[in-house]
Amino acid sequence: MSDGHKADEIVGRGSREGADLFRQWFQRLTEAPERGEQSAYVFVMGSLAEILRVFDFHMVFPEINSLQTAVRRVAHEYLNAAEDYGYSPDICGYVKADVAMQLQGGQHPMGRIPRPDLAVYTNACNTYIKWAEIWERFYRVPCFTLDVPGSRAASGRTWPGHRDFDNDVHYVLAQIKELIGVCEQVSGKQFDIDRLRETMGHANTMSRSWRRVLALNQNVPAPFNAVTDGTVYLGVSNGFRGTAAGAEYFTRLVAEMEHKAARGLGTARDEVYRLIFVGVPCYPIFRRFTEMFTEHGGAFISSTYLWFASGGTDLDFQYDLSRPLESLAEGVLLGVRDAMDSMFFQDQRLIAMVEPYQIDGVVYHPIKSCRTTSTGMADNRRAVLAACDVGSLFIESDMMDKRVVSEAQLKNRIDAFFEGLANRKQMKRVQA
Amino acid sequence: MAYAAGVDVGSTQTKAVIINEQGEIAARALIDTGANVVVAAENAHVAALRSGNIREEEVEYVVGTGYGRYKVTFGDTQITEISCHARGAVHMFPATRTVVDMGGQDTKAIRVSAAGEVVDFCMNDKCAAGTGRFLGAAAAALEVPLGDLGSIALRAEKPVKISTTCTVFAESEVVSWLGKGKRIDEILLGVHQSIASRSLGLMRRVGIEPEVTFTGGVAKNIGMITALNALLGFPVNVSDDSHFMGALGAALFAMDRILSGRVPAQEATL
Repeated sequence: MSDGHKADEIVGRGSREGADLFRQWFQRLTEAPERGEQSAYVFVMGSLAEILRVFDFHMVFPEINSLQTAVRRVAHEYLNAAEDYGYSPDICGYVKADVAMQLQGGQHPMGRIPRPDLAVYTNACNTYIKWAEIWERFYRVPCFTLDVPGSRAASGRTWPGHRDFDNDVHYVLAQIKELIGVCEQVSGKQFDIDRLRETMGHANTMSRSWRRVLALNQNVPAPFNAVTDGTVYLGVSNGFRGTAAGAEYFTRLVAEMEHKAARGLGTARDEVYRLIFVGVPCYPIFRRFTEMFTEHGGAFISSTYLWFASGGTDLDFQYDLSRPLESLAEGVLLGVRDAMDSMFFQDQRLIAMVEPYQIDGVVYHPIKSCRTTSTGMADNRRAVLAACDVGSLFIESDMMDKRVVSEAQLKNRIDAFFEGLANRKQMKRVQA
Repeated sequence: MAYAAGVDVGSTQTKAVIINEQGEIAARALIDTGANVVVAAENAHVAALRSGNIREEEVEYVVGTGYGRYKVTFGDTQITEISCHARGAVHMFPATRTVVDMGGQDTKAIRVSAAGEVVDFCMNDKCAAGTGRFLGAAAAALEVPLGDLGSIALRAEKPVKISTTCTVFAESEVVSWLGKGKRIDEILLGVHQSIASRSLGLMRRVGIEPEVTFTGGVAKNIGMITALNALLGFPVNVSDDSHFMGALGAALFAMDRILSGRVPAQEATL
């Protein structure tokens, strides 16, 4: 990456460099088997990248592989293949696209995905567990479950200093030590705590930067679109967590966003309405979906997706490198738990954002093939509407399956939503 | 005298309404939409002009609504049928706070404020269960004219239970009830209650607040009105022009534009 700071080079470089990093990443994945290098299959909510990178595992994110098939408009080929194999249309589209890809020897639009040598997952999503069991059956590889204690209730978290928090940390720490043993066994390499400190140091830079990037969207206009641009940044946040390249990328991304914020530069379209997106994006018509909002002047200022699908790294938990394992356990507990809460209990955080981020509306997007992220949205919506004077839209589609994405129906509801927002603005002007 | 027009291009039928400056309906027309949406919009508008003996140039502003709103090529702007049904319903029944609109492929529940703005809305998703198309499927299976469905249903004392939510499967379920010896009126009452129940679910999602105004083509069906009244526990408002409520709302928005001095379209979303 060059260090040029000319205005025209800075604007948009997060997306350009993110795309470059993605290409490099998939190229390395394609070449990994030839080089005799090992791969770990992991998930976005608790990837344990800090540990796995110590053992030089390539990180494979099946969720990212699957969504890429939808963005590249070939998801239906994979979904059909999995359904022909016997999977129900109702099963998670990510799982089915991955199963079909495994059946086709790892063939993917961005390269060839290597087989796993190890799978690591948390309980943040119950599908993770069944999904990993498929690889276990396919490849006879070890699957490691990290059981993270969740929140007892909305706003019922345990925090550092609380007795229950210490118990939770010990529970996670014991599992991390087990994972280290599994990694040593699979890789044949010995654990190196100094390398762990190194990956955690990079992760600290990335978490700090990620939080700063998200906060910079308080500016009017917002420097980035949380659904389109944000998803690129999110991909790097996951795929390069704990690496020098990831840390450098996010440092430069902060510079870009600060540059744009200082100059009042927003996204390509004029910003009239500031919106929060709740849920997983509609990848089968990714650009068009966002256009249906931007053509009305709707700008996505934030997205719960950027919270939970970053594994809660938006919390900016900074690891204490003087006691790496204990601190890692604390960070994993807080991050994964935050990811779960961002799916189930997002209402309080949304309510707190409405005023400082000058939010006009909240868009809820439940998806057919993921009940984990979708169940609870109706309750959360009611809570937000009871607490705040904002517009709200509830539209259903899918993150993978274009058979349940009806653009005409979506557009009708989106148009009506903006008619309501326009009316609200008009009424507020009259009342003022 | 200035006139304003609204053209509601629905999935099944296209409705056109022309109003005068007092907001009174001066002309209306209804045609089947068919395959050519542009032509349907034009034909409905021309038919309304003719029925009201109004010259085209007397209509100063036209708003398109419905799924085919962007195909109203002679229209000045487009507004969704959600806003238009709400506007039309509040115009006809000023105490309206909840609107239930049953069309060919859509059923909508809309909550409106005292000022007539849309507060919240909810629609059937992905399939036509609980819409006019569901009634159409039952009518076809039972070989009963659509216009007679409601009155026949009201003859029954005990409805059959229609459990499917799929419009396509409803037809086979209806046939299976016939095979079990159930009477046509009992089956039809079951169909009406099934649809009314789904509509009630949509209304609950936005919050039911009286008065409830029933709009759309299905509002002509006495069986559906009766079923909704029974489920709600109070009578819904129904106008003779409920089928035209979306077009009426569009025409009212069009008249706003005329009276406010034709503000530019981009500033006049509502």
